[in-house]
Amino acid sequence: MSELDALYQEVILDHSKRPIGKGALDAPEGFPTATHHEFNPSCGDEIDLSIAVDPGSGAIAKIAWEGQGCSISTASASILSQLVRDEKLTLDGAQERIDAFRAMIQARGASEPDEDLLGDAVVLQGVSKFVMRIKCAMLGWVALEADLRQIEAKQSA
Amino acid sequence: MDIMGSLTTSDVAELRSAFPYFATLDARTEGPAYLDSAATSQRPAVVLDAERRFLESANAAVHRGTSGAVGAATEAFEGARATIATFVGAAAPEQVVWAENATDALNIVALGIGEASIASSSPTAAQLGVPGSDRFVLGAGDEILVTEAEHHANLVPWQRLAAKTGATFRYIPVRNDGTWTLDDARAAITARTRIFAFAHVSNVTGLVAPVAELVELAHAVGAITVLDACQSVPHIPVDFDALGVDFAAFSGHKMLGPNGIGVLVGRPELLAALPPARTGGSAITRVTMETTEFMPPPMRFEAGTQPVSQAVGLGEAARFLEEVGMARIATREHELVERLVAGIAATPGLRLLGPSDPSQRVALAAVSVDGVHAHDVGQVLDAEGVLVRVGHHCAQPLHRALGITSSTRASVHITTTEDEIDRFLDALRGAQRYFGVEAKS
Repeated sequence: MSELDALYQEVILDHSKRPIGKGALDAPEGFPTATHHEFNPSCGDEIDLSIAVDPGSGAIAKIAWEGQGCSISTASASILSQLVRDEKLTLDGAQERIDAFRAMIQARGASEPDEDLLGDAVVLQGVSKFVMRIKCAMLGWVALEADLRQIEAKQSA
Repeated sequence: MDIMGSLTTSDVAELRSAFPYFATLDARTEGPAYLDSAATSQRPAVVLDAERRFLESANAAVHRGTSGAVGAATEAFEGARATIATFVGAAAPEQVVWAENATDALNIVALGIGEASIASSSPTAAQLGVPGSDRFVLGAGDEILVTEAEHHANLVPWQRLAAKTGATFRYIPVRNDGTWTLDDARAAITARTRIFAFAHVSNVTGLVAPVAELVELAHAVGAITVLDACQSVPHIPVDFDALGVDFAAFSGHKMLGPNGIGVLVGRPELLAALPPARTGGSAITRVTMETTEFMPPPMRFEAGTQPVSQAVGLGEAARFLEEVGMARIATREHELVERLVAGIAATPGLRLLGPSDPSQRVALAAVSVDGVHAHDVGQVLDAEGVLVRVGHHCAQPLHRALGITSSTRASVHITTTEDEIDRFLDALRGAQRYFGVEAKS
């Protein structure tokens, strides 16, 4: 497989064409929410990523995002949304996935990502060989990380 | 080579061999196509050699001390200034101020006008000015005019100057294709316009501004003109004195010269009245513990150690361009741009930014590929060995006005071949196929 095909795997192209989580956040009554705007200064791409947290279980109950981006940033935000939805992640659980994803993306192809932790997001490993695309892949994840901090600040307030 | 006309295929081949970068590429079977000169150009061996030769045999602390070696180095440094002055039609070398880059050169003007404005605000601030600097004072009611197509370097400093002085920041909006016209400028310039800053050639649309006419409009209301000449000086004959422009800025590394050096050219009486925004050693005449008096231009604006070997290299780059001939370069590059624009127009699903008439543009063409983000286009082009710029090219407002965030730009220089243009066009079509957005013609 060429490096280009390794970067643009079918899963990524599918997610970029039919992204998951794109749209407005539908937060249940009484669930704390957070929204963060993240900007990629090199291309002008942006994302607004929002979450709502279940006050009972502490899990992220809803995730949604809006914005425009390249196929990598779109697919990455879509895969992230799927992961959060499927795994019903807590804040700590989400942080763990963000850390693992960041480690994979920054490893210049030299990591063995944990599929149990990252799910479909492992298909984005090809991005790590293209240093100029790392920001594209990280855009949604960085926004989620900022949302987690907002929720934590609300909880400790 | 012919003195007149264009560059022939063999001229271009000969020129490429004068650039170590292209000589290396051409020795490979599948070397990349380099179409990113608008971002940074490659340098001929004579430029690299001039810099190296200076450092190996003549380097000394220019304008400092009394030795013969310093004298020789200072002559080389000042000689480069004279070469650049002649190259861009500045009557006197003192009209040429060295800067770190073109951005820095534009900031020297914007920040200097800010200092002049602050100097007028109180007796204690008065020493921030220089004799005559009150001509630059801006305040509420004054207008700074730019265009929506500007590179951030010729936009952000003016936005900040407006915020600092209370002046109103205004802009000429672009049309649907990213262009603007003399009439648009006529409608935007008012009796309150004090500064009009615009690009000679847009780094995104390639549009050539009618500089002389615009300067006339601005001068009719007493406004100062500031020209971003980064994309013109390397590609077409430029004579700032003939254009009548008050200040102009360009960079070394886009005109086959070194990094780390840019140029500000100003009219003598305006440079003389402009306060220095960055101060320190060698820009001064007399320093006491209370106050400081400054050198006349250009040294007033050159505090601290200067990019000396870069200046020497830049002088050599100007000589190299002059030897090839700027008129021939312009003719040759026009042919290349015609091929580029024709190829884009012939490909469904590509949106050309800027004028469709190639005679209105210089040296570059940016496109938006329907249905494919520029970063994704760039990835396919990179895989095909076509080196271009993808992104917003430091012109976010322009892209926003066109309803996109980014684009793919190919830019040419004297070493560019027809084959490189064709490879770019093929790779664009390849990107359309790769992402399944081939338009039906």
